[in-house]
Amino acid sequence: MKLIKATAALSLLALAACGGNTIPDPEPDGTVYGSDSGSDVDTSGTGDDGMSGGGFIGDDSAGMSGELTNVIYFEFDSSEVSADSTDVVLRHAIQLAENQRLTVRLEGHADERGSREYNIGLGERRAQAVRQILLLQGATPAQISTVSFGEERPADFGSDESAYALNRRVVFTYTN
Amino acid sequence: MRKAFVLIASLFVSSTAIADLTVEITQGGVKQRPIAVVPFGWSGQGAEPPLDVASVIAADLKRSGRFDPMAEDGMLQKPTVGADLDFDDWSILKVEAVVIGRIEQTGANAYNVQFQLFDPFRREQLVGYRMPASKGTMRRVAHRLADMIYEELTGIKGVFATKVTYVTADRVGDDTTYRLVVADFDGENETVIMESTDPIMSPAWSPDSRRIAYVSFEDQRSSIFVQTLRSGNRIKVSSRPGINGAPSFSPDGRQLVITQGGVDGNLDIYILDLVSRQTRRLTDHRAIDTEGTWSPDGRYIYFTSDRSGGPQVYRVAVNGGTPERVTFEGSYNARPRLSPDGNKLAVVHNDRGNFRIAVMDLRSKDLLVLSAGAQDESPSFAPNSDTLIYATRQRRNGVLETVSADGLIRQRLASRQGDVREPVWSPFERF
Repeated sequence: MKLIKATAALSLLALAACGGNTIPDPEPDGTVYGSDSGSDVDTSGTGDDGMSGGGFIGDDSAGMSGELTNVIYFEFDSSEVSADSTDVVLRHAIQLAENQRLTVRLEGHADERGSREYNIGLGERRAQAVRQILLLQGATPAQISTVSFGEERPADFGSDESAYALNRRVVFTYTN
Repeated sequence: MRKAFVLIASLFVSSTAIADLTVEITQGGVKQRPIAVVPFGWSGQGAEPPLDVASVIAADLKRSGRFDPMAEDGMLQKPTVGADLDFDDWSILKVEAVVIGRIEQTGANAYNVQFQLFDPFRREQLVGYRMPASKGTMRRVAHRLADMIYEELTGIKGVFATKVTYVTADRVGDDTTYRLVVADFDGENETVIMESTDPIMSPAWSPDSRRIAYVSFEDQRSSIFVQTLRSGNRIKVSSRPGINGAPSFSPDGRQLVITQGGVDGNLDIYILDLVSRQTRRLTDHRAIDTEGTWSPDGRYIYFTSDRSGGPQVYRVAVNGGTPERVTFEGSYNARPRLSPDGNKLAVVHNDRGNFRIAVMDLRSKDLLVLSAGAQDESPSFAPNSDTLIYATRQRRNGVLETVSADGLIRQRLASRQGDVREPVWSPFERF
């Protein structure tokens, strides 16, 4: 499951970020639930501490510093949160954990290929992948709602790969 | 914050009629049989009857792709009663069938429409019928006469008196207006029954053609509504947290099969009883299970699931049990719909990178790709099981096409403008 992979990646990141030295051995299908997840993520913005075993955070200008983007993008037929996007999600998680009155709606979207209701499912799967990371990082269930628009609300109305890439996304919408 | 609006209308409000659908035949793989529909006679007030019934019948027959109605100016005679028909005048034109008829006014808004169908070679009447009509019902009567002619000549029930529902999306700047439309199958009487600035999806007819279930995203979340066409009244029947989608009526019209996702977003198939409002979970799997549809005999739910990786069609007994996989050919088979005769399964199929409509024969398991686009979707069978309607792309807009279940006759229903999607063919109307 792609969702689980994202969670596993996050667990590694969380471990790395707080300098942990035990990396859980993922099960063959990558099923690692976030027992190591806390909300004690390094918020300094450097992300360099304890990264010797990691490497997920590359160019941190897009992720851990600068203005926080409200959109992350996904590969075709995937709900795996990329390393760069994980940084973005983590910053949203911190924001939510630090201010329990904030609520966010995660809007999942798909590109136009294939059937519409199945694409609703794909959009939801993406929103849920993000939700799981937020929850693992200290946001509460009451702060998060999800909605999937499938292919119904494209960001780009084109029918080529560049448009599709912009449409496979999760949008963070703060509602409070 | 976007300013949202929702407009609900009954069937009789049609102020925002949009693109009328017109028909162009894109592929005719079978011989179109020559036929003549003679202009109908008229006796009543005024120079002309309220409707040119013969043109409606001729257009229906042409639209089927199986007939080539001859032009009026080529006719050697224009009889309106059987006694005046000269078979030689028609056999010399090699016309295989001749339709004649007349319209009589019997009251202020009362008419009799009668027709006779003749075979000029066998020199005999094949069928004749008379039907009462008013101004308001005359078009429908004409379609029903065309149905009778079509069935007599092909052995297949005609679907000219049926309707379609579909969703249109019109974009102006950053705003999109979504409309749920009901129209006669020939594109006439296009009527908006619901309009919203938020997406509308997945319309489904009730078996009696009187209600339509659909998904609306008003309030920025998905809910399932059932709307009665005549009154415009609608009821929100499913609005749990998370996804509420993919409604489809049971054959008795009392239940819907729906998809719910819940807070954790695990899409599964549920049965919703429309009277008690109780839901019963039918599948329980962490994969996406969605797009449920009833088998015509009421025993199974066919649905899309990606439990094996990519989406494939499965079926499960309505009373529960272990789902069994139905489709195996190709990496992507989704959005199942069964033909009303129960023999065929239509799916969206990934055909070497193109999403196309395919039909699987449920007995032989043979899969036949019927469409030729790259983004074809939402197949729906006509109630006679002989033809399907679906959406395809023309540049950036969705347009509708029909195709015969054998793949031989394919037609585009061109619309003036806008993005048309998710067509669903109505059942036969019950009289």
